[in-house]
This record gives sequence, C-alpha cells and structure tokens, in this order.
Amino acid sequence: MRAIDYVAPTSLSEAVSVLSANGDRARPLAGGTDIIVQLRGGRRELDVLVDAKTIPELNQIEMTDSGLRLGAAVPCYEIYQNQQVAAAYPGLIDAAGLIGSIQIQGRASIGGNLCNAAPSGDSIPPVITLGGEAHINGPNGWRAVAAENFCTGPGRSVLEPGEILVGIQIPAPVANSGTAYLRFIPRNEMDIAVAGVSSSVVLDASGQTIQSARIALASVGPTPILATAAGDSLAGKAASDDAIAEAGRLASEAATPITDMRGTIRQRHHLVDVLTRRTLNIAIRRARGEE
Amino acid sequence: MTTPNQVLSEVEYDVIGKRPVRPDGVDKVTGRAQYGVDLELTGLLHARVLRSPHAHARIKAIDTSKAEALAGVRAIVTAADLPFAALSREDLGNDYNRFKFLSDNFLASDKALYRGHAIAAVAADNAHIAESALALIDVDYEVLEPVVDVRAAMQDGSPLLHDDLIHTSAMGEISDKPSNVASYMKFEKGETAAGFANSDVIVEREFTTASVHQGYIEPHNATAHWRADGQINVWCSTQGAFVVRANTADVLRVDVSDVRVTPMEIGGGFGGKVSFYLEPVAALLSRKAGAPVKVLMSRTEVFEGSGPAPGSWMRVKMGANSAGKITAAEIELAFEAGAYPGSPVMQGATCAFACYELENGTVSGYDVLVNKPKTAAYRAPGSPQAAFGVEQVVDELCQKLGVDPVEFRLNNAVTEGSRKVEGPVFQKIGLVECLEAARNHEHYRTPLEGPNRGRGIASGFWMNRGFHSSVNMTVNPDGTVNLIEGSVDIGGSRASIAQQAAETLGISYEDIKPQVVDTDSIGYTMVTGGSRTTFATGWAAILAAEDVKGQMVERAASIWDVPSEDVEYDSGVVRHKSQELSFTFKELARQLYTTGGGITGTASLDPTGEGNSFGVHLVDVEVDPETGKTEILRYTAIQDAGKAVHPSYVEGQIQGGAVQGIGWALNEEYYFSDNGQMMNSSFLDYRMPTSLDLPMIDTVIVEVANPGHPYGVRGVGEVPIVPPLAAVANAVGHATDQRLTNLPITPGSVLEARL
Ligand SMILES: Cc1cc2nc3c(=O)[nH]c(=O)nc-3n(C[C@H](O)[C@H](O)[C@H](O)COP(=O)(O)OP(=O)(O)OC[C@H]3O[C@@H](n4cnc5c(N)ncnc54)[C@H](O)[C@@H]3O)c2cc1C
Repeated sequence: MRAIDYVAPTSLSEAVSVLSANGDRARPLAGGTDIIVQLRGGRRELDVLVDAKTIPELNQIEMTDSGLRLGAAVPCYEIYQNQQVAAAYPGLIDAAGLIGSIQIQGRASIGGNLCNAAPSGDSIPPVITLGGEAHINGPNGWRAVAAENFCTGPGRSVLEPGEILVGIQIPAPVANSGTAYLRFIPRNEMDIAVAGVSSSVVLDASGQTIQSARIALASVGPTPILATAAGDSLAGKAASDDAIAEAGRLASEAATPITDMRGTIRQRHHLVDVLTRRTLNIAIRRARGEE
Repeated sequence: MTTPNQVLSEVEYDVIGKRPVRPDGVDKVTGRAQYGVDLELTGLLHARVLRSPHAHARIKAIDTSKAEALAGVRAIVTAADLPFAALSREDLGNDYNRFKFLSDNFLASDKALYRGHAIAAVAADNAHIAESALALIDVDYEVLEPVVDVRAAMQDGSPLLHDDLIHTSAMGEISDKPSNVASYMKFEKGETAAGFANSDVIVEREFTTASVHQGYIEPHNATAHWRADGQINVWCSTQGAFVVRANTADVLRVDVSDVRVTPMEIGGGFGGKVSFYLEPVAALLSRKAGAPVKVLMSRTEVFEGSGPAPGSWMRVKMGANSAGKITAAEIELAFEAGAYPGSPVMQGATCAFACYELENGTVSGYDVLVNKPKTAAYRAPGSPQAAFGVEQVVDELCQKLGVDPVEFRLNNAVTEGSRKVEGPVFQKIGLVECLEAARNHEHYRTPLEGPNRGRGIASGFWMNRGFHSSVNMTVNPDGTVNLIEGSVDIGGSRASIAQQAAETLGISYEDIKPQVVDTDSIGYTMVTGGSRTTFATGWAAILAAEDVKGQMVERAASIWDVPSEDVEYDSGVVRHKSQELSFTFKELARQLYTTGGGITGTASLDPTGEGNSFGVHLVDVEVDPETGKTEILRYTAIQDAGKAVHPSYVEGQIQGGAVQGIGWALNEEYYFSDNGQMMNSSFLDYRMPTSLDLPMIDTVIVEVANPGHPYGVRGVGEVPIVPPLAAVANAVGHATDQRLTNLPITPGSVLEARL
C-alpha cells in the first residue's frame, strides 16, 4: 500500500472542495470497513481520503414528524442503539444488526454501504423498501435521488466526482406498516449474502388486506433491485399464503443472478422466492403489531 | 442434564489429571508473548515474495533489473540463487528429483506449478518498498493448461506437471510412461472377493472431498540472519525447529551445525507448520543484503502458497451378513499430492478400516499430482477423508440391516490382538470403551425429535507417533526446576510436560519452569505433531526427572556419608531407608552448590509404544429444507486419551478437532476457477465455522491406559478431526433422506440435490 493523504474537514463545503479538487483520486472515508480493505488489497488506488466522520451533518441521527434523517457516516451500532429509530424501523435494524460483526458495526455506516454500491450491500434493500432518499451535496449544490436509483452497477453509483452523500431521508412509518430484511448466508455471521430480500407492507386498518408493498433484492443482480411487479402484485390482496407465494414467484423472476463461488443462478432464484415469502410474513406480523 | 465434559478415569495421580494454569498463559493473554512478527533486530530488512499468478506455467525468463533499481531495495533472489541451480543431474544422481522438488517449492526454477508458487523475493528497507519492487519484476511465463482435479489428473492426456520426471511407482515397479500418478500402493488381507460373496448386504459408493486448509490464525513468517562467519540464525513459526534446521541446511547445502533455528511462539499449525516455505529464502536474501531479513505471508499467500490438506476421490465397498458382521471391505483412494509427490494417501489407506475387525479386506491408494500447492499435514493426515467414505458406507449398511449403528460398530470393533489389513496388530486400545460410552451417553439415549432433523454417528482412528524427544532439567537452589525442551508448545504442552515432570519428582507443578529453546540448546526433538508431544517429550521429562532423582539420592548419600543403596527417593523427599535422615527436595536443592555442584538431569529418547487413539462422535442436525442450510443442534465427542494429563487441554483438542471437522464437512473448500485460480483465498470466503455456527461441543474422555507409556498417555490431538466429516454427513443424510457423498455439504449442494 502506498502512502496517501488524509484530510479531516470540519465542514461540508470544505469536504466538497477537497473532493472536487482531486476528482476520482479522492474519496470520502466513513467507517473505512470497505475502503481501507480495498486500498490495502490493491483493489483501489487513491491519493486522498476525506474523513466523513468529522463533518457534523454526516454524523447526526434526527427523528422528526417527517421521518428519519440519517447522517451518512453514522455507524450501525448508533442506529440500533437508538430506541426511537429501532422502534420505528425494525427492517432497517435487521440490516444494521447483521452487517459484519459487532466490531464492524462499531464503524460501518449505512451511507458507506450505499456508496460502496455492492450488489450485496445488506442495508440497501431495506432503505429502498422504506422509501429512502439519498441527499447529495456537491460542487453544483444539493440533489436527492431515490435509493433504488442510487446504485448503477457493481461498485458504481450516481455520485459524480466531488459529490458527497450527506444523509439518507426515510419517511415516517405510516400506520399498520411493517418492514423486514433477511439474507441467506452459509454461516451465521461474517459472510456476504448469497441472496437478500427486504419486504415492506402497508395493511388496512383490519390488518387483513395489503394496501401496498415494496420488495427489494440484494446479491442477485449488478445492483440492488426493486422488484416492482412483485410488490405491486400484493396491492389490494388479502394477506394470504397464495398472495405471498405469488409475490415470491414474481420477485424470483425479477432477479438476474450469476453463478459464482457463493451460489448458482438456480439456487439464487430459489432463495429469492424463499426469502421474499419469509420477509413478507415478518413484515405483515410487524404491521399487525404481533412482533 | 449431564455434565458437558466427563472424564472416565481409571487411575488418579497427584499432578497428572489436574488442570493447572499454563506457564505461558499470562504472556499470551497480556499480548507479551513473542511471535515471529514481533521480532526486531538491528538493521532488519523486510521482504516480500513474488508469486505465480498462473496455476501452471513455464518460466522463460525473470528480469529483476527494474526492481533492483528501486531506491531502498537491498536484495532480490530467485531460484538461480539456490544451490540447485548450480548442480547438474550428474551431480545429484538419484537424488535429483527429491532435491529439485525440495528446492523448487521454495523458489520455482523451470515451472510454476500452482497459483501462489514462489518465484522471487525482495528484501528492502521496509515492506512497502518490497511490495512495490515485486510489481517491477518481469516474469516471462508460457502459460500452460492446469489440472486441479484428482481424477482428471489421472487420465491419459492430462497436462503433466513434471513433464518426464514422474513415472508411477507401484509395488516396487516403475512404469515407463510419465504420469501425474506418483505412486500406487495396495494391501490385502484374506479373500476379499469371497468375503463379498458371503455377505447378505453390500454397499458401494464413490466419494469426493475438497482441498481444505488448516486455517491457523498466524500466517507463516521467518527471519534469518546469515552472518559473516557463516552461521545462519533463523527465527520462525514452526512445529519443528529441527525439521527447519535439517531442510534449510539441505536446500542451502550447508552443515546442520551452521544453522540455528529458534522457534518463536506459534499461533496454530495443525500439521501445516511442519512444512515451511520462507526460511531459506530469508537466509538467501540475508546473505545478499548482509543484514537480517524478515519475511511474512499475507492470508492470501497462506491459502495459495502453503499446504492444504488434499482433495480426494474414493470408492468404498463393504459387505455384511445378516448377523451384522462385516464380511469384506474394499477401498480405493486417490489423493491430491499437489505440486510434488507426497500426499498422505498411505495414512488414509491404513486408517480407513482401522475401527473394524476385518477378515477380508483390500485397500489401495494413488498419490496424484495436481496444480495446487504441495499438500501439507493436517491433523490425522488422510484419515478424515477415508472415514468420510467408510463411516457413511457403514451407516448405510446399518440402515439396510436395520441395526443400531453403535451396536453394529461394537459388534465389529477391533480389540487388543486384532490385525489391520496392512499388517500391524493392535496393542491395548479403547474403541469398545468409547462405543460403550456413546451408547450410555444421555445424548444417545435421548431420541431426536422434530422434522428435518437427523442424528449422525461416526468413529475414527489415528495411530499416533513416538519419535525423538529430549529434555534437560536443572535443579535451582530454591528448589525449582528448569525444564528445557525442544517441543514447540501449540496446545498446552509446556503444562502437560511439566505435570509429568512434577509427578515424577513428587514436587509441585508450580516449581517446574518449562522453556522451549533453540536447536543449539537442546538435543534432537522431532516436530510437535503426530499427537506425539505429550507422549514422547513427556516421557523424556519423566526420564530426565528420574535422572535428577538418582543424582539427588547420590548427593544425599554423600552428605550423610552412607551408601547410596540405603537412600531412597519418595514423593519429593530423599530419605535414609533405616535411619532418621531425610531432606525434602527443596532442602537438598538449597545445598547442592556447596556439596558438589548443581544437578542436571537429561534424557533423549525415541520411544515406540505410542498407543493408538479412537474417537466416536455423535451429532444432531437440522436442515432447512428451503435453503439447504445445516444447523448443528448438539455435538458430543468421545475419545480414549489413555490418561488425560491436563483434561482441559485434552477437551480443547477434542473440541477444536470436532470444530475443524465440522467446517470441513459443511463449508470449507478451495474454490477454483476453470484456470486453476483459487477464488476464495480469504477468511471471508473460505468459510471456517465461527462461534455462532456451533453449539458447545460436549466431550467424554475415556481413559484406557496405554501400556506403552509410564502414565498411560496416548496422543489426543489428531483423532478428533477424523469422525466429524462422516458424522455430519450421516446426520444430514438422515435429516434429508439423501446421501451426500461430496464435500463440502454446502447449503447449495443440499439444495441442488433437491431442486
Ligand atoms: C469483516 C467485514 C464484514 C463485512 N460484512 C458485511 C455484511 O455483512 N454486509 C454488508 O453489506 N457489508 C459488509 N461489509 C462491508 C462494509 O462493512 C459495509 O459495506 C459498510 O456498510 C461500509 O460502511 P463504511 O462506513 O465502513 O464505509 P467506507 O469503507 O468508509 O466507505 C465505503 C465506500 O463509500 C464511500 N463513501 C463513504 N461515505 C461516503 C459519503 N458520505 N459520500 C460519498 N461516498 C462515501 C467511500 O469512499 C467508499 O468508496 C463487511 C466488511 C468487513 C471488513
């Protein structure tokens, strides 16, 4: 590993100007659990790391009537230890609590997970199903991008050189809604998802009919995938095994996996079906207040 | 509920069988213990190794000129710097192949035979410069087609690793055709065909297992200083300092006395640090640079450049009669040797049926070259693979006959006097006692209920080893004893050897101060491996202690001016047999320097009589039918330890072996791309089990004293990795009604078998 520069900006504008000045030779450093590993492994070369942990806006968790504003550099453990956030967004906590290990969660951020843009990023599907929006600042000012449009390929995102993710805005949970995330890994920890699925549902007041649903997939395509047809198929349906099975089938169809050392195409299609059914059932129970 | 760890003892001692704190414990838990990476020397240079990116390639030229020009680079070596380069076939004669293979695995000369094969090494002022310099070395490769599967490598027309060097040697005959099959062996007992003809049920199946790594946490490292006077000092992480000394001297063509090897603390080995890779390279760099050189492997280098346990193919056939007796058994094994001959297929063959009384049996094995790193020892080398096949076939025989798998094993168990297929006759052994302990265990007696669940049982065997060990023991004036040994302490052997010394001397364990020293400071001692250390080095300690006792008696006699025959040593006290004269050990120790000088006891021995070990494992699993994932619900490992000197460390060995076996069974494998590149050379993707993947492993130590050791000790470190592969496979088989014959039994493979 070569020597590189480290900058600890104290303001967003300072960060943006350092990033802009260095183009693709500079990148933000949040928890570093991706970027430092990549640099050491020779998979990425940089001149400058810009620490996101010293910029105030990127390190705040704020719960307001309009929802959660999650600073891009907030580490996972701060998210799941925040009682308000944990109560409102159990689907997000499913992911924050399983990334890496306790040690990794002490550093790793949801913002870093999103910006790393791995197809397997575990927090991305729940951020998508929860209707998350990425708030980006850069040389040309602010813009917002829906989470499902953020990743553009393996390791690639909509971020332009000089831009930085400031935070993720997640709408306040509506009544009778629930979200869940599950991934499949051969071990119980320290693994990259063979497949991952997040489902969120909004039920009617009786808790029997699904008003709307969103389903998003990890590790089964070049980016996380919003399985729109699968989610839409549930709208207006009774929360029945049949409806759930159909959604599982459609989600599986939306997957475009490859065969690699972690799994085969067939196994991954199958797992998407299984995990969709399982996460829908959890999401429905959560929407009913049963868990 | 039962106690999780039971010890079924026959004999009680004062110190042996107790669980004292280990002498190296404080240093290790406070981070003070010195590992190879911690070593600092004045003027130390740092080295890195350039490795082949190709699984099979001819090395046409290596240009190091750009790297040499980089500021801070102090030395570069390639195979051209090894003595082999200057020796002709005539010089080496019959030793040509052996010496070439030894030399080439340190630095490849004509061919890179696996991805990760060392090509060159650079020593520089710091590691970053060394790394940058590696990128400046130009290697001109002619890339060749690799072969990484044992069966493919045996086919006619397969790419040949050693062009015309290897010709299959079979039963003393050498074929005239070059081949990847380095050797073939076969043993027979009785009339196998007739035995099968007399059977009522026969099961025959083929099995495969993947290459797996020992997974020790500490990567290989070595520091060497080739001094101006010709003395080569080496510090390294090894299971056997004397092996490093011998082979370093051999490959560098210097005298063994020119090499002094200091074993540093070791972060695991499991057999994999009997082999070594860096020491002669560091020495050559040191000679060129005129300074000490340290070289470290990364985890990826450990996976790609150090020895895995072999992948294998096996065909197992067994027959039994309706009375539940095995009538005949046959196994054919093909083991991957990796790049150079020498897989443990012989051990696999001789362990395969060791748990069963066989009238008629045939075992045969092939040692096969493939484009993978040269295989290294891994706990009970060869035996787990063989047991994976045999114990599943036994399980299926039990299913077909409708008999209980423990009863069937008891009905066919070997006992004292049984003769193995390849000849040896068992001394006193404890297989029956282990099986009885299994049958009586609460785990076995509690039925397993619930869907998708299965229970598996398997037994396993390892012969254990004796070999050379030496111990020196010096009595200090405060009554403590310095115990100097050459056995690297991997699993608590400082403690277990000190316990045997304390027991023999009749003094307290705390008064023994064990120390592991370099090869100039102790007599010849073989590796810590083969489950031999507590047995053989322990025995050396017993003999050295006896030597001390004899000298203490002589000294007391001279002080009292009585004949030494009238003086005896009893439980730490030297006393006159008939008069009121006595010294405690401490009292006499205090006077030694003024009554004739200090006392040192010594012993060097090469004992036989190592007792064989058997283990029986029980496992309950649940398999998720939708994902194919196996969860281990409960695990009990039962093993004959002869005498558990330090039961906690025996339990640790049993638990560790079981866990490694579970990993081997469920997830671990070298995953290769089509062109022979290992794709998962990190602990993220090479999936060893974590603590969250396992229940507590319950243990039962059975003690059937080994008549071949003063305290009845048998080795314990290896046999616990033998049964788990098959035990887990049997359990998954029962849970899914599918027999899975290829390792690892990943969720994907369970699922693919159903989809
Ligand atoms: C042992 C281990 C286990 C892991 N297990 C998992 C797992 O189970 N699931 C999983 O999904 N991941 C896992 N990871 C990957 C990693 O931990 C996660 O992706 C994590 O969320 C990354 O967050 P970070 O804050 O560490 O990001 P960093 O490494 O700091 O950054 C990641 C990338 O995002 C960019 N970036 C960071 N912040 C910003 C910003 N504000 N604006 C623009 N770009 C930014 C960085 O430049 C970099 O390219 C694991 C990693 C390790 C080392």
